[in-house]
Amino acid sequence: MSSLAARRRSPLALLMLLFLGLTFTGTAYAALQTGAAPGTSAEGASQEQLGEGRQLFLANCASCHGANAEGNGEAGPSLYGVGAAAVDFQVATGRMPLPAPGVQAERNISQVHFSDEQIEALAVYVDSLAPGPDVPEEQWLDASQGDAANGGAVYRTNCAMCHNSSGTGGALTRGKYAPTLMGVDAQHIYEAMLTGPQSMPVFNDQNITPEEKRDVIAFLKSIEDGANDQGGHTLGSLGPAGDALFAWTIGILAFIGAAVWLGRKAA
Amino acid sequence: MTTHVPQGAGHLRTDETPPERPASQTDQSSPDAKFPGALVWADERVGAAKGLRFALKKVFPDHWSFLLGEIAMYSMIIALITGTFLTLWYVPSMGHVVYDGDYVPLKGVGMSEAYASTLDISFEVKGGLLIRQLHHWSALFFIVGIALHAARVFFTGAFRKPREINWLIGVVLSLLAIIEGFAGYSLPDDLLSGTGIRAMNGFMMSAPVIGTWMTFFVFGGEFPGEAIIPRLYIAHVLLIPAILVGLFVLHLALVVVHKHTQYPGPGRTNDNVVGFPIMPVYAAKAGGFFFVVFGITALVSALVQINGVWVYGPYDPTQVTAGSQPDFYMWFSDGALRLLPGWLEFTLFGTVWSFNIFLGSLVLLPLVWVVLGAYPFLEAWVTGDKREHHILQRPRNAPTRTAIGAAAISMYLVLALACVNDILAIKLGLSINDLTILFRTMFFVLPVLVFVVTKRLCLSLQRHDRERVLHGNETGRIVRTPEGRFFEAHEPLDEFERWALVDYDTPTPLGLTQGPDVDSRGVARRRGPLAGAQAAVSSFFYKDAVTAVTPAELAAAHHHGEHDALESPSIPQLGAPVNDSTGDDDFSEGHGSAVQAPTHHR
Ligand code: HEC
Ligand code: HEC
Ligand code: HEM
Repeated sequence: MSSLAARRRSPLALLMLLFLGLTFTGTAYAALQTGAAPGTSAEGASQEQLGEGRQLFLANCASCHGANAEGNGEAGPSLYGVGAAAVDFQVATGRMPLPAPGVQAERNISQVHFSDEQIEALAVYVDSLAPGPDVPEEQWLDASQGDAANGGAVYRTNCAMCHNSSGTGGALTRGKYAPTLMGVDAQHIYEAMLTGPQSMPVFNDQNITPEEKRDVIAFLKSIEDGANDQGGHTLGSLGPAGDALFAWTIGILAFIGAAVWLGRKAA
Repeated sequence: MTTHVPQGAGHLRTDETPPERPASQTDQSSPDAKFPGALVWADERVGAAKGLRFALKKVFPDHWSFLLGEIAMYSMIIALITGTFLTLWYVPSMGHVVYDGDYVPLKGVGMSEAYASTLDISFEVKGGLLIRQLHHWSALFFIVGIALHAARVFFTGAFRKPREINWLIGVVLSLLAIIEGFAGYSLPDDLLSGTGIRAMNGFMMSAPVIGTWMTFFVFGGEFPGEAIIPRLYIAHVLLIPAILVGLFVLHLALVVVHKHTQYPGPGRTNDNVVGFPIMPVYAAKAGGFFFVVFGITALVSALVQINGVWVYGPYDPTQVTAGSQPDFYMWFSDGALRLLPGWLEFTLFGTVWSFNIFLGSLVLLPLVWVVLGAYPFLEAWVTGDKREHHILQRPRNAPTRTAIGAAAISMYLVLALACVNDILAIKLGLSINDLTILFRTMFFVLPVLVFVVTKRLCLSLQRHDRERVLHGNETGRIVRTPEGRFFEAHEPLDEFERWALVDYDTPTPLGLTQGPDVDSRGVARRRGPLAGAQAAVSSFFYKDAVTAVTPAELAAAHHHGEHDALESPSIPQLGAPVNDSTGDDDFSEGHGSAVQAPTHHR
């Protein structure tokens, strides 16, 4: 056996592989986000747009939400008063139309088969039936104008118990979960707070002001830009669970490997 | 007794044979070696040479599993050194400040001085973050090392007489280690550690009657107060390390006094130690291992983040983050809390009794260590074995103990994993509620399963060993006899290999060694009140033991004409396996009968 082949079989090689694997499997960021234009609401929508929205709704949504979005029992809730923001959030993150009933409608950004214009049309149509929160204005979505430190404080008080202090998500009861917030578009973060999808509470402008919502966005974007990544690989930001996994796998193997190697060495 | 050693370096190996043995060949320890003048000068004033010579002449057997304790030892030293460095900057105060340091996402946020100074160590003190990470990683490796080391001691039976006291010291050491760890990760006063302190607060509060009083005493008033961080600080940097180091020195001193145990092997008996003298070989190896451990810890600390306190933000009693877990060594207790059903909290006599918390914390925590500490004594009582043991057991040769250990570990693991149920749920796409049901079931079912499987595994490994000793190794070579029959040729074991396979006791249940209830003259024997129970447990422990191959059996196997070449008379070990040569006391009767009549135990 050549010396290279011998080395490839050594336990050290396995360790290196494990380590490299851990190092390079970062979060895969969603590529391009789509969605309705900032500020979208039924106000000032053209008849043409409303008509397109109605067509799309009947074709894609009515089976579950009813022909007039009045709801259809178990299949889907009424959409009266959910607003353009909810429709944009649900459709542009790929949650709606729901592919199949499950514990929770999941983010599915690769399955969004509507154009921005179509999403906008759906949003204004649903909003026109019974108005609700609008898609947020551009000014509240600009992370660079937000105060990340204040956003962090607001986030830890209102969101961390479900989404984890590093925004990596957490489990809820019965298979439900708060998803990771990394790689989520600013507009969708804002809309999520505004509309409270599924198990998430609604944070209206009295709970968390638009300025604070922008701060929260700034905070989450600062994590995305690596503010937390100090002192080496974060092991998926799992806290002590990640550390324990590392200590009891790679760490322990390295130590035992060294001990076995040393034990074998003749004097 | 033989002085023959199988592998090279025979000149370095020495035997320690009480009471006296010829001086070893290594000249450092020889009384008439020439030493530099300065050394002689110093010795004439300090007189350390005598003790040193005693220590240096000590012989250590070599096996990788003996280095597990050293992983713990060296990690503890790294933690002590790096911890001292941290005390130069850490401020143990809950005084309120507004952060104005280098870490932008927390600028202008109000926090305690403790948290602010931890951030400063991380971001402003040069090398501070590396030292913090070294400290925390070494603390984890310390406890990993202790766990592995204790497992090694347990599964090899190293805790048996005369080492029970050292086992007890080890048990206390491990308890202190996790308390030290808990106190340590509470110090930064970030959201995670504050949540941990809050949990501890709840634990204490759950104590019936005195709970509230106790928390007020420890916290100096209402939670969180201002006192807890300074108090934990003194415990963490002074009180516990002092006891830890003191006990640890005692622990090592006892290892020297008892001499190190060794695995069964050629020439190794209960009365000698086969290995390397401390100088130069063992010292070089052990010293080298320190640098290996330090190197690995440093590499990990430089590359992998641990406890990034800036991620959690300052502690605020109104906040909590998803995925709040303590460091892994506290998981089993936290996990028990997650599994205990809520109806254990009830109101009686106008007071709330939080048994759902009390059982998983204030009862479970001490219970685990009491059971650990009591084990050697329980086992000695069950087996009735009062002899000294310096030869370790291979885990398979103590099937019931190995199975008990494995079952206990499985129970512990179920509790520990229950503590990360939320992370498991989200990573595996499962429901927390289902996981809880699964873990509750597993807590009761898994230990039984693991016990049975492990025991069966040990027994079949033992039988396999017997096969190999009696009939040799399979060679894969098929031989055809002149009559046309086929059989596989077996290669006889050499005597070195065989030694390790036959050198173990064949125990007998107590009932069999104690003889009948009524002796030959018709007089009833006197028995303690627990004798019946003792005999029953003993039989449970030993009843299906697989006996070691005896010389007689081996000879019989060979007379069947399989491999005559083996029967060379030049194999002294076989004539006197260790179990016979110990020649002692109260156990030898049952022992002898076991040798003669192995059929008892089938
Ligand atoms: C297969 C059935 C189904 C289809 C098709 C479907 N939905 Fe839904 N939708 C649901 C269900 C069920 C919910 C409730 C989810 C929950 O709360 O768990 C929901 C929730 C919503 C909500 C959030 C309501 C709120 O209270 O915030 C919006 C908005 C929505 N749907 C829009 C749409 C749109 C627009 C379409 C078409 C593109 C669509 N849905 C297609 C089943 C469906
Ligand atoms: C009670 C728990 C809970 C709290 C508190 C909570 N969330 Fe959520 N959040 C959820 C759940 C559950 C979902 C998933 C909803 C869904 O898939 O439709 C979610 C979804 C989201 C999403 C969508 C992510 C995606 O994958 O598209 C964002 C953004 C979000 N939350 C932000 C926040 C912010 C910001 C806060 C604090 C102001 C917050 N959440 C507070 C439970 C919570
Ligand atoms: C502070 C943590 C500890 C350190 C640093 C430590 C270190 C050591 C070292 C270096 C040895 C000698 C070499 C060896 O056999 O590995 C030893 C022996 C021993 N340890 Fe520990 N140990 C620790 C904790 C424990 C624990 C938790 C236990 C058991 C619960 C334990 C039980 C023993 C026993 C019984 C021996 C003698 C065994 C023999 O000689 O084979 N120790 N320890």
